[in-house]
Amino acid sequence: MNITEKILAKAAGKKTVQPGDIVDADVDMVMVHDLTGPLAVEAFNRIGVKHVWDNKKIVIILDHQVPAESVKAAELHKMLRAFAKQQGIRLYDVGRGGICHQVMPEKGHVVPGTVMVGADSHTCTYGALGAFATGIGSTEAAAVFATGKIWLKVPETIKINVEGEFNPYVTPKDLILSIIGKIGADGATYKATEFTGSTIRGMSMAGRMTLCNMSVEMGAKNGIVEPDETTRKFVEGRVTKPYEAFKSDADAKYEKVFEFDASNLEPTVACPSQVDNVKPVSEIGDVPIEQAFIGSCTNGRLEDLRMAAQVMKGKTVKDGVRALVIPASQEVYRKAVDEGLVEIFTDAGALVCGSACGPCLGGHIGLLAAGETCVSTSNRNFIGRMGSTQANVYLASPATVAASALTGRITDPRTVEAKTP
Amino acid sequence: MKVTGPAVKFGNNVDTDVILPGKYLILLSPTDLAKHALEGLDPTFPEKAKKGVIVVGGKNFGCGSSREQAPLALKYSGVKCVIAESFARIFFRNSINIGLPVVECAGISGAVEEGDELAVDFDKGEVRNTTQGKTLKGTKLPAFILEILSDGGLIENLQKRLKKK
Repeated sequence: MNITEKILAKAAGKKTVQPGDIVDADVDMVMVHDLTGPLAVEAFNRIGVKHVWDNKKIVIILDHQVPAESVKAAELHKMLRAFAKQQGIRLYDVGRGGICHQVMPEKGHVVPGTVMVGADSHTCTYGALGAFATGIGSTEAAAVFATGKIWLKVPETIKINVEGEFNPYVTPKDLILSIIGKIGADGATYKATEFTGSTIRGMSMAGRMTLCNMSVEMGAKNGIVEPDETTRKFVEGRVTKPYEAFKSDADAKYEKVFEFDASNLEPTVACPSQVDNVKPVSEIGDVPIEQAFIGSCTNGRLEDLRMAAQVMKGKTVKDGVRALVIPASQEVYRKAVDEGLVEIFTDAGALVCGSACGPCLGGHIGLLAAGETCVSTSNRNFIGRMGSTQANVYLASPATVAASALTGRITDPRTVEAKTP
Repeated sequence: MKVTGPAVKFGNNVDTDVILPGKYLILLSPTDLAKHALEGLDPTFPEKAKKGVIVVGGKNFGCGSSREQAPLALKYSGVKCVIAESFARIFFRNSINIGLPVVECAGISGAVEEGDELAVDFDKGEVRNTTQGKTLKGTKLPAFILEILSDGGLIENLQKRLKKK
């Protein structure tokens, strides 16, 4: 069996499982946030049970409309705080956490080898730590609150093997955009995507999280990386309980295998308005921008901010461009302050905002007007995603977005670097 | 279980951001959500859907965000069922969980014109285009999913199962 199958077999209390089997799995952790939690609470209250199945296995994180931008959002936050208090559930409030997909691994809620579900499509991020993690809806989260179980179809697995070293200013984001461009926006629908190879083994946890995070953009049920020494070091001091580090067997079955060479990649951009509309930055032509956004559950981690700061240090954001930087969590924010990154961004004329989802989903701050263009480190460029349906969103790496903020058009970060003495 | 209604057609990769834009996710009432159903592609859709319609989509319908508000907005705007070449998995599960029937049916985009009268038989997994006199075979849903749909959704199904215990 491969790693996904082994985790699902264990959670279903079976020795083996095969793709296509429908299993009733025990859930080890369920997460909801401020835009999916309220519907889950309403649905839970309709079920007719008084208490959740296990309040230590539920986490609520306020991150989308944070701090509340409207009375309606404030009411949703109030409702979740009351539910968390009543049920004894851990809630990460404003200023105490950050983006759910950063907070969950950071605070030790993601345990390798376990089944995790979350009412957010990017829950698949946690596969970076060798967990089976998938996104669900609010009603399903409510059913898990009540029962601790979920039915899952054991997915076929696509293996994505990556060899070779990245060139300077080419990042895991460029790799995952290239992968999505090749496999397509629905090329992995219902399937597991397992990332393997020397490039993945040499990749930081932040990079692995970027890869697994965007596996849903090709329709995948989950993205996953085998736990190794990097995983062990990451969870050390965060995960307190013992865990099982599952590995895929040598004869594990895969529906398809894709091979990628990281050394062939250049900075890559997803053009409007599909994530698989991918081109190398050298081929996109002249694209002026009004906004540059560095942040989100895809690319708001410390090494992303370091990369952006390296490009922006001592330089100035182009007149007419709004550069927004949003650290993915309070922990990342604090470290970005300590390392002087926030100073670099503010000196360059970028606005550093509080840890939250920000403009990514067009519901809170940093929205776009009709006719405007944003280059963003986030994960979706759909019509209307970041505000007006007449606006355009391009997706790229922190290095590319930082370089573009300086020039006012989508720019290869290697060209900005070349001009620096 | 069967439904009938006129078809409203859309293309491939209809994502949940165009079905229900992020700025409306702070709305809790399904009838408020319904006023913005498919606003990203066709602001007149809620008016069209009022009479009761069947949405026909292409490949990868409902891709993107896990927001359950997307199928909720469709259901309460008057959509009786969604038929598509294929669905994104979270949207597919969410629709069933809130009691909005969904049918995967290869070839549906080419077999239906806007406004054609459709009749869907979920037990058989069949879609009949009564205007054109054609019948297409879709993917039949497993019995336990049909039961969730006929109960009205996952919560109703769970209430029933918990009572039996």
